[in-house]
Amino acid sequence: MNLTLHVWRQKDGKSKGQFVKYEAPDISEDMSFLEMLDVVNERLILRREDPIAFDHDCREGICGTCGVVVNGRAHGPRERTTCCQLHMRSFRDGDHVWIEPWRAKAFPVVKDLIVDRGAFDRIIAAGGFISAPTGSAVDANAMPISKENADLAMDAAACIGCGACVAACPNASAMLFTAAKIAQLSLLPQGEPERWIRVKRMVRQMDAEAFGNCTNHGECEAVCPKAVSVDNIARLNRDYIRSSLIAERRVEAAAG
Amino acid sequence: MRIYPASHYTMGGLWVDYNLESTIAGLFVAGEANFSDHGANRLGASALMQGLADGYFVIPYTLGNYLAGTKFEPVTEDHPEARAAKADVENRIKRLLSLNGKRTVMDFHRELGKLMWEYCGMGRTREGLQTALEKIPALRAEFWEDAIVPGVNEELNQSLEYAGRVADFLEIGELMCLDALEREESCGAHFRQEYQTEDGEALRDDVNFSHVAAWEYTGEGTRPNRHIEPLEFEYVALATRSYK
Repeated sequence: MNLTLHVWRQKDGKSKGQFVKYEAPDISEDMSFLEMLDVVNERLILRREDPIAFDHDCREGICGTCGVVVNGRAHGPRERTTCCQLHMRSFRDGDHVWIEPWRAKAFPVVKDLIVDRGAFDRIIAAGGFISAPTGSAVDANAMPISKENADLAMDAAACIGCGACVAACPNASAMLFTAAKIAQLSLLPQGEPERWIRVKRMVRQMDAEAFGNCTNHGECEAVCPKAVSVDNIARLNRDYIRSSLIAERRVEAAAG
Repeated sequence: MRIYPASHYTMGGLWVDYNLESTIAGLFVAGEANFSDHGANRLGASALMQGLADGYFVIPYTLGNYLAGTKFEPVTEDHPEARAAKADVENRIKRLLSLNGKRTVMDFHRELGKLMWEYCGMGRTREGLQTALEKIPALRAEFWEDAIVPGVNEELNQSLEYAGRVADFLEIGELMCLDALEREESCGAHFRQEYQTEDGEALRDDVNFSHVAAWEYTGEGTRPNRHIEPLEFEYVALATRSYK
């Protein structure tokens, strides 16, 4: 098939970017989306032009690092599918394909389609961990967990931290990501000791990174490749409100 | 979906001791970057197993012990070795970026991949490996003449990164063929077609090859040295695993 690409080209975070049009003839529908970009880059290199920078590695749908916005939708047209697992059979001959990076103040562009998602790491570092020792897990029967909570924690833990939720949100909010990372711990007894200080610190960091707030559009859940539910945002809000009722000093002391 | 068999691991890595420390003092190697617990054949989830085992049970103790028991003198970048290493890297980058030939790096990567698939894949022969050992150095020489590496060093340059990797693959690929040629038996994922039982199963040679081998780099273009460490079995007797 023959496609016309409109790709966002931006030298670095400081430079101004723009869409550049590339003709992409003879694209096989069996190719993955990233393979198509490889082919386009090969042709650019042979023409001595600067190839398009895009993040990619294993191409197994595990991390979502490859994520770009395709035709206005984070990770492209297929539901519950990261960009790396998107195939060209999802497009038609003659299509115009608009490809751009995640757009959010908190995700500065590194080059072309690559953004710096370090803000997510800093949110995790602010509280996305537990103090239970590893390597000496207690017997599973000694700590009963309801099937429902175990399943809900597992569903929240499916978040791969790709940032599609931020890219899709009109407010560039990181609420779905932060909520998933909080819920996967707060739903389980192992996450209980730091429960209140965790939500306070992670939300504080999220705000400090200049992510927007949640105004219940639900766009995040719609594009999430792992279908993480917005119910987690409700869980975050409940925990956050409750944490504000507990004296700050007591919360800090509990966290040690 | 296309499904095909593929070798997915080199079955090797950096040589470390029981503390996961390499031959360079203070350089610890964890996860599948080191020798690899799984031995001659890697199955799925081995990466997780080794990452967790090293990360939970070994490194927290051995690295902590090293840090607590070592006196660290301040180091500067002025050390002659540091300066030489920095100059080497800079020269290599300059050399890569000066390549303005006719073939893309991906083209070389694919050709190397085909050579490895053909001659160092699931079934290997002496003849095939010898062929690969002639073709890979020739391909490497061509890479350093005829590859195209666009861009500059001063901004994010994925082409440069990729070229550096493929240059490394051209060396490790040759080493894998050399290693497969030297090991005259079939063992784990290494199946030498000359060494098989009557019904086509792997035939090990425990008399001559019951050892792990580590290759010592001796410089560009010179043959590496093979060192061996015998495998000693105290509690388990060597036997043939049969899935039949």
